[in-house]
Amino acid sequence: MYAQMVKTDTKRVRSLDEMEPQERAFQERIDAGQKIEPKEWMPEDYRKTLIRQISQHAHSEIVGQLPEGNWISRAPTLERKAILLAKVQDEAGHGLYLYCAAETLGISRDQMYEQLHSGKAKYSSIFNYPTLSWADIGAIGWLVDGAAIMNQVPLQRCSYGPYARAMVRICKEESFHQRQGFDIMTVLAKGTPEQKAMAQDALDRWWWPSLMMFGPSDDASVHSAQSMAWKIKQNSNDELRQKFVDQTVPQAKYLGLTVPDPALKWNEEKGGHDFGEPDWNEFFAVIAGEGPCNRERLEARRKAWNDGAWFRDGLTAHAEKQAARRQASRIAAE
Amino acid sequence: MGAPASSPAVSAAVAEFALRMGDNCLILGHRNSEWCGHSPALEEDIALANTALDLIGQTQLWLGLACEAEGKGRTPDNLAFLRDVSGYRNLLLVEQPNGDFGRTLMRQYLFDAWHLPLLKALMGSADRRIAEIAEKASKEVAYHLERSADLVVRLGDGTAESHARMQAALDFLWPYTGEMFLADALDEELAATGLAPEPASLKPAWQEHVGRTLADATLKVPEKSFAQKGGRRGVHSEHLGYILAEMQFLQRAYPGASW
Repeated sequence: MYAQMVKTDTKRVRSLDEMEPQERAFQERIDAGQKIEPKEWMPEDYRKTLIRQISQHAHSEIVGQLPEGNWISRAPTLERKAILLAKVQDEAGHGLYLYCAAETLGISRDQMYEQLHSGKAKYSSIFNYPTLSWADIGAIGWLVDGAAIMNQVPLQRCSYGPYARAMVRICKEESFHQRQGFDIMTVLAKGTPEQKAMAQDALDRWWWPSLMMFGPSDDASVHSAQSMAWKIKQNSNDELRQKFVDQTVPQAKYLGLTVPDPALKWNEEKGGHDFGEPDWNEFFAVIAGEGPCNRERLEARRKAWNDGAWFRDGLTAHAEKQAARRQASRIAAE
Repeated sequence: MGAPASSPAVSAAVAEFALRMGDNCLILGHRNSEWCGHSPALEEDIALANTALDLIGQTQLWLGLACEAEGKGRTPDNLAFLRDVSGYRNLLLVEQPNGDFGRTLMRQYLFDAWHLPLLKALMGSADRRIAEIAEKASKEVAYHLERSADLVVRLGDGTAESHARMQAALDFLWPYTGEMFLADALDEELAATGLAPEPASLKPAWQEHVGRTLADATLKVPEKSFAQKGGRRGVHSEHLGYILAEMQFLQRAYPGASW
């Protein structure tokens, strides 16, 4: 998922009886499945948690442009180039909807950028891995977008209206992204021996980081419990991970590729796969900035922002001049 | 242009002309796509990717026509990914490096202001296939021109820095604009047979648009008027080789593979 380990300020999830009347009314509306809209009262912690979650999600879309953008200029056919361009453009669009959704909670896009550039705000760990071959573009669509969809489909029912509505549009596009990724993998897996090896190598490198996208088990997390009570999170990390594995393993089999997990096997009793534990030390290291591409990704975002300052200032200055000219001509006309 | 005549399906002149059109779109689309994820504002990232996407789509149409008119059984991907520098027919303007975002926008504007009148004229081409592609592309390019002209004006008449950057971009790119209006034997043949307009006939509309836009942008038209040329006969700047090395990498490294 694109938002990982989002913290709340909660120490313990309180029952309705423990709440003040205003908060209790708020919680009852959520329990009844009603949407909360921007101008309505909400607990400060609900607002802050949503800002963290939505901005982390938005930053993930924006940083996520980089590993895939890395292959636009090397896409192997005109059609693949057009599809990849469209996909990366969609990610930028998702970032835009999400920043707008977060802005309804009283934070500006510039403030969110500042938090990203300073390292205060996080983005998904997955985008700190490099895209080394064309098959990585297939693997990202298939696995990374596939994992994102697992999380984003339930978020369409999220309690916060603007976030839920942004997610409806995003989900439509994400399923196209996942299909294009799977299509790339299908062509490679059925291609030359070198192409098949490329596809297997990509699966080997992206499998575990994709499972890590869901975050560590959060069954005991008070933050997750609070987010679930607020319906800004619907399923536990383990539930989503299980669902992802169960969906993806047959697809790998169809492709004739091997999932790089010796512990993977079907468990008839639970009606799902048993699978190995991702290397959580690696996950925490990536979150802490020690992944293979953390520095490049942040540096690229900071550079884009800093190098573009003159451009943004120029547009602002022009808008001010135009306003002043309009004002002057109004005065002259009077 | 003359009354529509039925053009032969195979025509060396049409094939060569379609290559020129397609290569301009491909190389400019490639250059624009280099900004993806790195633009100065999110809205610009989306808009520029959209422009690149339109241009790649137009590339597919023009190169498709080039293949058909060539009649040798090649595909648009064969043309895009397996020709060397000397086989490319694009203007030198579009292969120039992006520079800062201002230079990228100025390059786009100078191209758009030529591209749109050209496409409009091509809508009356004696070859129906050319006319159809031109009609579809002109709708997209009308938007490209509106956007690029608007940004040139706003940045030219923005801050002292944005003005200076746009003037520097204009001065740098200006020598690459003359090539758009030069005619060779093929252009004369195309014009005589009603397939495409004479290049020089596009100059008044371009000059008018550029003059007006640069005036609004408070930018000064460069005085030097020498033209760098050679793109249409396959003599390029050093930059194109690097573009192709990158763009063609997979097709070259894995010959014959499908993707």
